[in-house]
Amino acid sequence: MSFLAVMRATLAKDLRLEWRSKDAINAMLFFSLLVVVIFSFAFEPTAEESRKIAGGLVWVAFLFAAIVVLNQTWARELRNHVLDAYRMSPASANSLFLAKAFGNFIFVIVLEALMTPLFIAFYRLGAIGPAWELLPIATLGTWALVVNGTFFAAISLRTRSREVMLPLLLFPISVPALLGMVNATTAVLTGEESARFWITLLVAYDVVFTIACLLLFETILEAE
Amino acid sequence: MKRGFPILAIVTAVLLSFALYEALIGAPTERSMGDVQRIFYYHVPSAWTAFLLFFVNFGASIAYLVKRRPAADIVALTSAEVGVVFLTVNLVTGPIWARPVWGIWWTWDWRLTSTLVMWLIYVSYLLLRRFSSGGQAPLLAAALGILGALCVPFVYFSIWFFRTQHPSPVIGGGGSLDPRMAHVLLINWAAFLCLAWLVCWTRYQLEVAKRQVEEAQSLESLLEGSR
Repeated sequence: MSFLAVMRATLAKDLRLEWRSKDAINAMLFFSLLVVVIFSFAFEPTAEESRKIAGGLVWVAFLFAAIVVLNQTWARELRNHVLDAYRMSPASANSLFLAKAFGNFIFVIVLEALMTPLFIAFYRLGAIGPAWELLPIATLGTWALVVNGTFFAAISLRTRSREVMLPLLLFPISVPALLGMVNATTAVLTGEESARFWITLLVAYDVVFTIACLLLFETILEAE
Repeated sequence: MKRGFPILAIVTAVLLSFALYEALIGAPTERSMGDVQRIFYYHVPSAWTAFLLFFVNFGASIAYLVKRRPAADIVALTSAEVGVVFLTVNLVTGPIWARPVWGIWWTWDWRLTSTLVMWLIYVSYLLLRRFSSGGQAPLLAAALGILGALCVPFVYFSIWFFRTQHPSPVIGGGGSLDPRMAHVLLINWAAFLCLAWLVCWTRYQLEVAKRQVEEAQSLESLLEGSR
């Protein structure tokens, strides 16, 4: 099977599994709903106040929710030794990695699309800056989280207490990306400054870490 | 190799005591901060030493992935551990210095913040080493070491931009260092480097011995099982 065929098959399988069970998306949705409600106690959700805080709040909610789906990425493949079968098959490791990363990307993007109206309603959010910029920010930011998250999930799979390990590895390395997402979102919401720099930073971060993950993933998958 | 160790130990001891003397008595007293400024001679060299060790970790991680030699893995482990210790010294002496001079323990200035994030990255590296075992552990750690090192420039650059946008009141920018002070600083750095080398060396030998013991034990249990 060619690179793309493996990728397509894996991605289709993951999407079908999720479509039938809806485990991850339900857990993520409920989790971010909880974050929205709990954060409303931490500050006064008026329009001006929330404009300044929302950038951080939204991304913290998505980051924590993404951990749910990232943790199950590879854990699912351990059952019936699917991962071992992958190792033995001649299929390229990177096609598997990209399929998993795209799958997670789709899950988190769907979550964001569903949660955005809620955030807008609960926190009376509205963008003063150019709102269309939120689209590239969300795409680039989500990819930054998901590409590293998929990679570190494969690493933490091999450790003791793997579910705990993933956020411990992922969060420190995601700091620059998080800073980019939060500041770009805040810049758009408040309209006080341009988000241009942060978007450029996210592009650079995405490019560097996507390449690094692709170069290193085969080693991680084959590690015995 | 073995004979070099006591020599290095003696050199380190001499350099450290000389550097201590220079830092506490030899160096001129800073005009506005007074004697508390002398912590500078510990604060700065420890950070430089840590950065150097993290760089060694990066190199050793790549070397391990390419050559798969256990020695490279042990160097990576050792340099990360000792580097975290030195960076901790830096992060602890910072607030001790900041409190009397700025009146606050901590500020989210770009240098402080990015150093703290760097510390977090390498602590997560050590956590991974602790939580993974078996033959795959070095590979996983090497991958994380490389990604962590790639992340460091992003951390510094992004936080620098973030914090210079919202200017912070502290850390007087510019200003030149008295040549006498720079001299003492370099002596201290040399002493710290020797100390780091000494500690790394010891730690390296310890890890080698530990792995030999583990190997012998697993071999022994294998033999007993077959009997």
